[in-house]
Amino acid sequence: MKAAFLRLTFWKVIAVAIITFGLYSTFLRFTQGLASVTNLSDSFPWGMWIGFDILCGVCLAAGGFLICAITHIFNIEEFKPLTRSAILTAFLGYVMVVFALLFDLGRPLNIWHALIMWNPHSVMFEVAWCVMLYSSVLFLEFSPVILERFQLTRLLKIVKRVSLPIMILGVLLSTLHQSSLGSLFLIVPAKMHPLWYSPLLPVYFYLSAIGTGFGMIIFESYLSARSFNKGLEMPLLSRIGLFAAIFVAAVFVIRFSDLALTGKLHYLLIPCQETYMFALEIVIGMIIPFAILIQKRNRQSRKWLYFGSVSLIVGALLNRLNVSITALNGFSKANYFPSVNEIAITMMLVVIGMIAFKYAVQYLPVFAEEEHTEVLDTNVVVENE
Amino acid sequence: MSTQKGLLFDSTMCVGCGECYRACKTTNKLPETNSDPLKDHLSCSTYTVIEDHQGKYTRKLCMHCAEPTCASVCPVGALTKTSEGPVVYDENKCIGCRYCMQACPHSIPRYEWTSNNPRVRKCIMCHERVKAGMQTACAEACPAGATIFGNLDELKAEALKRIKESPSTYYPHVYGMKEGGGTNVLVLASTPFDQLGFVTNLPDEALPNFTKRALEKIPTVVSAGTVFLGGMYWLTKRKNEIAKENAQAKERKN
Repeated sequence: MKAAFLRLTFWKVIAVAIITFGLYSTFLRFTQGLASVTNLSDSFPWGMWIGFDILCGVCLAAGGFLICAITHIFNIEEFKPLTRSAILTAFLGYVMVVFALLFDLGRPLNIWHALIMWNPHSVMFEVAWCVMLYSSVLFLEFSPVILERFQLTRLLKIVKRVSLPIMILGVLLSTLHQSSLGSLFLIVPAKMHPLWYSPLLPVYFYLSAIGTGFGMIIFESYLSARSFNKGLEMPLLSRIGLFAAIFVAAVFVIRFSDLALTGKLHYLLIPCQETYMFALEIVIGMIIPFAILIQKRNRQSRKWLYFGSVSLIVGALLNRLNVSITALNGFSKANYFPSVNEIAITMMLVVIGMIAFKYAVQYLPVFAEEEHTEVLDTNVVVENE
Repeated sequence: MSTQKGLLFDSTMCVGCGECYRACKTTNKLPETNSDPLKDHLSCSTYTVIEDHQGKYTRKLCMHCAEPTCASVCPVGALTKTSEGPVVYDENKCIGCRYCMQACPHSIPRYEWTSNNPRVRKCIMCHERVKAGMQTACAEACPAGATIFGNLDELKAEALKRIKESPSTYYPHVYGMKEGGGTNVLVLASTPFDQLGFVTNLPDEALPNFTKRALEKIPTVVSAGTVFLGGMYWLTKRKNEIAKENAQAKERKN
């Protein structure tokens, strides 16, 4: 055990390097202020920590609420084996989002102010409360895994009894804050590039969170199957792939109808950075995943399913970065690009999250046997139908 | 009669002397940032500047919106619109999210980026002085009468009167009359306002309404969502049960 821990591998060296540089940047951040580590400025007050760590982080965690809705509310039980790892990823994701926020906030020690100093007119206030509550909900959703591990049966029973309201609350809170992260930008109609600004921003954020959720379920299952030598639930994942393809096509139609109806299509013909980034987002996030996942042959291949999901996820991340950075760069004339230290801190948080996931999976029954037997039962039912 | 105070800046009368800039620095105890007030820019140590647009001078400062975007977006209510008119900031509440800076349609708030306990900095229309019945430092210092302080209603009437009396001098619009729902700082100019660096693509509607419309839907989403999710749970569970029963019945028959 100890020997394995000490053995140096390529990835361990990389992880240590990233964390070391990240800690150095952290030290600078908290001793010399935001200016010492970020490229933020008065004309560009929100950068990569908001655009990537928070917006993308929350979006990537959407797999958690989606799988809960599928298995515990829509009772499609054969997806249950995917639940625990998705909830774990989401929970760790939100913990990392809160950490990132502590870096970004100018006065992180005041973060608790949102608890007692209310401004219900503020979207940020609503997001703060939703994220706070939803993180607690995710913890409760994941708690059976911990309780099982330590065989705390009585507590486990209590948690299982309140499971349905908790699941419903989780889906509602996710719906609210996933969309509200888009609402944050509704208030800058004059600052934002018209290709992204729309009164439907909250709807788009919500829809793309669901799309990313589908992508993340496939992506995570593929990676865990590879890392932990377990079989991949191919028929399940193929079905998710089909959902994703249909979903992405619907979102494509809505977004382009919106552009057409508001007379914005001509912006696509202007050769500039914004147009290229928009095109990139649409091609990677919608056209490629649709083209891959709509074909049955591809959905039955591990590799193509994986590529399709990765493309879907990367496209959603591009969307978040475009909304929060590209779309505002033109107005601000700041030409913001994140600094090395900003990137280092972000990478450090990602690495810490991955390490936490690795150890959680190692010591907790995340891929539990019990769940698999349940699936076998339901499979029998399905066959007999 | 509204108790709201405001400022009227008539850029056609401004001579670019820099007295308002210096008075602002003194009153707010701000460090010197530039010996030439025409070459400075807004920063955490400078709340107002004079800009030279090809010989036409204009001032830049917080517009003190009637319905301030910054106050509406602040999650902890650190920014507030006072009954006297100034939009003020409470650093003890602030958590430093900088949503105010992101959201301000006039891009006014500045930040203490190098500080370890940074504050948002902007013109607060000399709130302490105004509460005490005095005028703002900049208005008091202006030797040309370009910046005047007074009741907002009277200033609006005055601005319209000036345009009416000498239409050849003025571009026929008072900036701040309806931009983003109107502001307590009004501006007159001889040229279109975009030529003086003002934001001219703002809607007439107050910007907080744009997020209000989204926030108003939350109760509907929550109640409809609960019913929908609860209903789906019940429906799909029942469906699974029936499927199971049927399966068992079939088994028994065999």
